[in-house]
Amino acid sequence: MAAVLKLVNRGTLSSAMGQQYLSFSSAPKVQAVGFRAGQALPEKVKIVEVGPRDGLQNEKTIVPTETKIHLIDMLSASGLPVIEATSFVSPKWVPQMADQVEVMKGIGRIPGVSYPVLTPNLKGFQAAVKAGASEVAIFGAASELFSKKNINCSVDESLQRFNDVMKAAKEAGVPVRGYVSCVVGCPYEGKVAPEKVAYVAKRLYSMGCYEISLGDTIGVGTPGSMIEMLEAVSKEVPISALAVHCHDTYGQALANILVALQMGIGVVDSSVAGLGGCPYAQGASGNVATEDVVYMLHGLGIQTGVDLSKLMDAGAFICRTLNRKSNSKVAQAVCKL
Amino acid sequence: MKNLIPEKKQKTKNTLILRIHPLWFCCSLEWYSSPLFLFDIVPQTITGHAYPKFVKIVEVGPRDGLQNEKEIVPTGVKIQLIDMLSGAGLPVIEATSFVSSKWVPQMADHSDVLRGIQRAPHVQYPVLTPNLQGFQDAVAAGATEVAVFGSASETFSKKNINCSIDESMLRFEEVINTARERQIPVRGYVSCALGCPHEGHIEPSKVAEVAKRLYEMGCYEISLGDTIGVGTPGSMFKMLQSVMKEVPTSALAVHCHDTYGQALPNILTALQMGVCVVDSAVAGLGGCPYAQGSSGNVSTEDVLYMLHGMDIETGVNIAKVIEAGDFICNALRRETNSKVARAKGRTL
Repeated sequence: MAAVLKLVNRGTLSSAMGQQYLSFSSAPKVQAVGFRAGQALPEKVKIVEVGPRDGLQNEKTIVPTETKIHLIDMLSASGLPVIEATSFVSPKWVPQMADQVEVMKGIGRIPGVSYPVLTPNLKGFQAAVKAGASEVAIFGAASELFSKKNINCSVDESLQRFNDVMKAAKEAGVPVRGYVSCVVGCPYEGKVAPEKVAYVAKRLYSMGCYEISLGDTIGVGTPGSMIEMLEAVSKEVPISALAVHCHDTYGQALANILVALQMGIGVVDSSVAGLGGCPYAQGASGNVATEDVVYMLHGLGIQTGVDLSKLMDAGAFICRTLNRKSNSKVAQAVCKL
Repeated sequence: MKNLIPEKKQKTKNTLILRIHPLWFCCSLEWYSSPLFLFDIVPQTITGHAYPKFVKIVEVGPRDGLQNEKEIVPTGVKIQLIDMLSGAGLPVIEATSFVSSKWVPQMADHSDVLRGIQRAPHVQYPVLTPNLQGFQDAVAAGATEVAVFGSASETFSKKNINCSIDESMLRFEEVINTARERQIPVRGYVSCALGCPHEGHIEPSKVAEVAKRLYEMGCYEISLGDTIGVGTPGSMFKMLQSVMKEVPTSALAVHCHDTYGQALPNILTALQMGVCVVDSAVAGLGGCPYAQGSSGNVSTEDVLYMLHGMDIETGVNIAKVIEAGDFICNALRRETNSKVARAKGRTL
């Protein structure tokens, strides 16, 4: 039974071990402080919650449709502005997402919240729109080998495929988010050149994606490689259109997100309870946990609009269902999950 | 199997520049008005960040880490662990603690451990000495560096060592004065620097006050500990800002716990502020006694991965630290808390 957690005012600390510590993460009076001369941290950060799609896609247990819907509804209630709901890929490849239409039709959509879905091709896009999608996402890779092994075509060929989706989306007035995977490292190629990442990001942006999410797919990045990559990309794509999607496989995600914020990036992808392991490192963690990101951002005085307690309730819910421990350290410390 | 641990980056071209101190807009009026803090000359990379070129890692696994492990570790295992860590190039390894074995049974074999380890040249092996008795026992066993532990929280001090902060300082003064006569350096710790399990929020000025007292009494270095891991870059920044008014940055270290996953960004923040000594524990040994089942110390492996990825030198061989971590985790029959260690060897 998940504890009912409340963000408590510093002056009225609860005696219950763990719950009181959430107050350390709320710093409404602390101005977002910049550590570099003339460089302030963003006042607000948009969290893109990828748990229901990217997270669940990498979980072995097939989750019932109602559970997915309930999870998304709980996440909506926590104040998250963007929740990636599902993926319109063939169920043959991704059985976890076979109930894509039911999920889209079943969720309680909150006004002002976006529910993007993945659409790898025109067919997927058409099915998504039919099911009620009002935002979609496409995935490119900065590594040729990864592109070939993952979707069986070169980077340029994949971008060519997306042209159809972009055209249809434009006609339908549906915004498209672009993802670039392997932005600092590839499980096959090793180090990825920042210029290559910049090239792919620029292509997606020029094609019409309103935002480009830069993914450290195998979590090998550090603040060093992150800065190098972001500097290259920001020469080609405005910072305001960039997001970071950091994996925590090597424990570097929060440090990487911090330097991205210091460079002016104001959009961060994360996954409730750190759902989704790493398919390239058996047993290792994957997505960074939304709870841990929100804890850090609130501690910096950065607004997210997210209620950390309600977010943790959602994390506790899905972990109970999956019968697994949360990957969020905040959740482990507070909920003992 | 491809080694995915990043190779050292190409060194970027360094330039020396005159810059306005990056903290100017956060300083209090009196600090800002001091010409010493307005301008400085620092090496900067082309990316514009000024990080230390070298960070000293203080490995606390054998003491702080094992102290918080439930299972009593045999003396031979402790000695082997320390020897493996010495072989990894760590410059400082906190070996044991001369506290009463009644309170900390894990450290009952302190003299045997200190006598049994192979001391590598240029490596320090500090030991904890909470009082004069402990100090004398430590010296008799061959200690050449000691450490004392203060707290920024009165309640924590009373509950942990059964006396107020002021009373504890008197005890430490005895140790420090005696150590000075014997020319034995003393390291000072301040616990609860970013929060207390009993009091909650701790004022940065209180941390600064305790740090200053320890420094002025004669501690050569002050390690600021986020004992319950609740700190974030926001609170770390404010605390360091306060402490740096009283103690030179070159004498400061950070001891971050990863209970809330914040250790690495907190360490990064400290580095950006000029701190260049970081405490960590191999395999993230040592849970958190205040959050059952949660992690405690940040893992040395994860810290090294970050530092090396930023082209910061440590003199440490990460692969050998991972080996030492594997060794102790096998002995403890538990999984490592290090994400780097977990990911290593399981990649394509």
